[in-house]
Amino acid sequence: MSAAQKIGAEKDWDFDRLNRAYDAISDIALGELKLDIYPNQIEVITFEQMLDAYSSVGLPLMYKHWSFGKNFARDELLYRHGLRNLAYEIVINSDPCIAYLMEENSMMMQTLVMSHACFGHNHFFKNNNLFRQWTDAEGILDYLEFAKTYIARCESRYGEDAVEAVLDAAHALMGQGVNRYTRRKTLNLRDEEKRTRERLEEQERTYNELWRSVPSSGPRSRQSYNEMERKHLLGLPEENILYFLEKNAPLLKTWEREILRIVRHVAQYFYPQKQTKMMNEGCATFVHYQVMNRLDQTGFLDEGAMMEFFQSHTGAVFQPDFDHRGYSGINPYALGFGMMEDIQRICENPTDEDRAWLPEIAGKGDSMEVLKDGWANYRDESFIRQFLSPALMRKMKFFDLHDDGKSDLTVKAIHNERGYQRVRTKLADQFDVVQNEPEIEVVDVDLDGDRRLMLQHRVYSGILTREKDTTMVLQHLANLWGYEVKLTELSAQSDVVLKQHSAAPAR
Amino acid sequence: MNIVDRRLNPQGKSLSNRQRFIRRAKKELTEAVRKASGERKLSDIGNEERVWIKADRQKEPQIRHSTDQGERDYVLPGNKEYQEGDRIKRPQQEGGGGRGSEAADDGEGEDAFQFALSQEEFLDIFFDDLELPDLLRKQMKSSDSFTTVRAGHSMNGSITNLNLKRTMQNSLSRRIALKRPRLSDMLTSAAEIEALEDAENAEDVERHGELTAQLESQQRRSRRIPFIDPVDVRYSRFEQVPQPVTSAVMFCLMDVSGSMTEHMKDLAKRFFKLLYLFLGRRYKNVEIVFIRHTHLAREVDEETFFLSRETGGTVVSTAFDEMLRVVAARYPRDQWNIYAAQASDGDNTAVDNAKVVQLLKQKILPLCQYFAYLEVKDPDGRDMATDLWRTYEQLVKNGEPIAMRKVAERSQIFPVFHDLFMRGGQSAPAQKVNS
Repeated sequence: MSAAQKIGAEKDWDFDRLNRAYDAISDIALGELKLDIYPNQIEVITFEQMLDAYSSVGLPLMYKHWSFGKNFARDELLYRHGLRNLAYEIVINSDPCIAYLMEENSMMMQTLVMSHACFGHNHFFKNNNLFRQWTDAEGILDYLEFAKTYIARCESRYGEDAVEAVLDAAHALMGQGVNRYTRRKTLNLRDEEKRTRERLEEQERTYNELWRSVPSSGPRSRQSYNEMERKHLLGLPEENILYFLEKNAPLLKTWEREILRIVRHVAQYFYPQKQTKMMNEGCATFVHYQVMNRLDQTGFLDEGAMMEFFQSHTGAVFQPDFDHRGYSGINPYALGFGMMEDIQRICENPTDEDRAWLPEIAGKGDSMEVLKDGWANYRDESFIRQFLSPALMRKMKFFDLHDDGKSDLTVKAIHNERGYQRVRTKLADQFDVVQNEPEIEVVDVDLDGDRRLMLQHRVYSGILTREKDTTMVLQHLANLWGYEVKLTELSAQSDVVLKQHSAAPAR
Repeated sequence: MNIVDRRLNPQGKSLSNRQRFIRRAKKELTEAVRKASGERKLSDIGNEERVWIKADRQKEPQIRHSTDQGERDYVLPGNKEYQEGDRIKRPQQEGGGGRGSEAADDGEGEDAFQFALSQEEFLDIFFDDLELPDLLRKQMKSSDSFTTVRAGHSMNGSITNLNLKRTMQNSLSRRIALKRPRLSDMLTSAAEIEALEDAENAEDVERHGELTAQLESQQRRSRRIPFIDPVDVRYSRFEQVPQPVTSAVMFCLMDVSGSMTEHMKDLAKRFFKLLYLFLGRRYKNVEIVFIRHTHLAREVDEETFFLSRETGGTVVSTAFDEMLRVVAARYPRDQWNIYAAQASDGDNTAVDNAKVVQLLKQKILPLCQYFAYLEVKDPDGRDMATDLWRTYEQLVKNGEPIAMRKVAERSQIFPVFHDLFMRGGQSAPAQKVNS
């Protein structure tokens, strides 16, 4: 690398320097680290455009909704008054992989951000199992374009208020709009649009079947379904409430079903990101750290740039202690980067303890292989369960605090021989999205009577749902369903009913 | 890899989302704006307004685990002295430790929501259900002011309106169509002829003859086909269009005699400023005339109007006389919408009341789009009917269009203003005479 190609000497970036930096990063990330990425598309944007992207959940194309306006207003206020920094970059799980760089970034920052997003996150998106299974990187942008125009068309045809009501309700149920357990065939969002029409026509013909037994259907004899038939017909129990409504809600119009479907797709698209936040950031941070250090060694970055880099990097991976004023949970960058570095160490330079705890990888040598395998096949929860080493637990000084909901809190385990196992398990649980969200299912519909929709929340460890929110969400649900809905919270251990909520549709 | 510069893409993609939010939060924002405008200094209006709104209807509910009951574990980093089995007192709900941070992101803090409104948005909301009385009538009536607008082209007109461009276009196309020889062609021929003038050989002589004949025919043709023909000529046409009057003048009349306290003047000033802002949103051009009076009235500038003190008696009619003088001198009725707002503590020399009634009835009220009388009080003053109030009340009872209100506190200014200009409420402005 000749001195003329150095980029670190000047603080400001230009397109030529960006290109050269990209090539230099690419040599390292693809040539040496052997990452596997989607083609990159890098877009330089202003802070205002960054706020725009922020407020519509980070997607470049999004339908219109007031809640995005609210997010924008809040973020803008915080940003303008210096209370919060904007992210330096946003990266989108799409093929080609789109990364937004802010124009305010310095040249060093752009280099860092490109390594982080365009190689780290990009590799993760392309290779992680969850993303491969649940998201369609190739089709997402086309699908969003379709969703945006579809919803805009609905607004002009049925009025903004009507569309807003459906979107509000669908957003409230977004957390219950993903399939957690059932495995589906790979999504192909690109064909969604073409399929829409056929599917809707088909549904119009068939879904009525079920409701033909209602009293209003005239002289036809009322036939009753037994429980088995009924549940089979309705596909119950169903964890994905948005899906259930789309298929079975008796009063929804075709376009309303389609909107539910769009929201459900968006929710599902983001679900893997929720489950892999820590690993994803860990992977990207690890990659940028490797790349930047190599760029330093090859003389591509000068000392000033490296100082700036270290400052920014340490800031990102800083983990405040639990009793620190700035503590706001476990920093996914800190834990993620910590784990990646730790795995590298265990592969290349293991201690006896590592050999005892992690025999599969200790001393394996090629750490990139192990890491890449981990990035591809795990999510946060299982990754911690599998790879969190005692050494890292000691380093981060993890301890497990138990709250029995009644008396004082108890320290159940700390970072010592007796505690490692429990700390690791509890930390893994803490990162398990499924355990941290209420498990709610549609269990039955009173087909013979008043069509009441019955839902169930299986309560673990006595943790109920938050009453105020639940009431509001149920109201939305009732409005979509068209009849009364009832949510029963019952203990998973004893099947004892702990609490009941119900809501009737607003007429 | 592909780098795209998106910085010049259209900005404000989220504008329509913002409008949607404002529309949705209309009720809360209106409330907040009312509240905010009652509290803050008037001079602040016009800057960015930050208002707090209740976020109930703007809440985005999700079914989530509650944080206040049940059994759970927290794995926390940064242990210092804890050993297994240690018991720790439950932190207060707001307090530090693990619980504190859990509570911070549970969304309960969303109940109130701060929102920054631009000046436009703030005033939009503030003036939303207000309207100017008699605006329409004046606009229709005042169609005796005109502007000229372009109205295409015509074949005839005054030479000053000659449209050179259009004329030359027509000329050019006619010349091309009729194959009028171009000047440059003729000049080339002439030059060639000249070059062959002294030619000896037969070929050149023949060529010379040919060219001369050609040139002559060209010259003939160019004389027959004029460069500019009368049929080419076009004039720009203008039409007179009646123009609604977009200018308004606002007369601020104020009693500055000794009985007016600073507090009263402050109230009056606030009212005037609001009226000014309001008029400014309806008219392109708003002028203000300040007239203050004791037993003498004088037109003054803003600073003098509000700040300097005068002593003397109180003769209200002098202010009306001065106003009539200014109108006659500078604001012809057919070109200006005239508004007047009078602020006073209600004192008047008893003998003047008859003149006030007469002036108002015969001159001032027919002249004005709107006449508002604001009686300012001290907050602890007794609420007695004053001379002026009784006089105006009598006028109102006889059907004269005077809007009148009493104000004693700053916080009443906005409600009173709002009340005066409420949409649809102006037909009987003084029916509710008490503020």
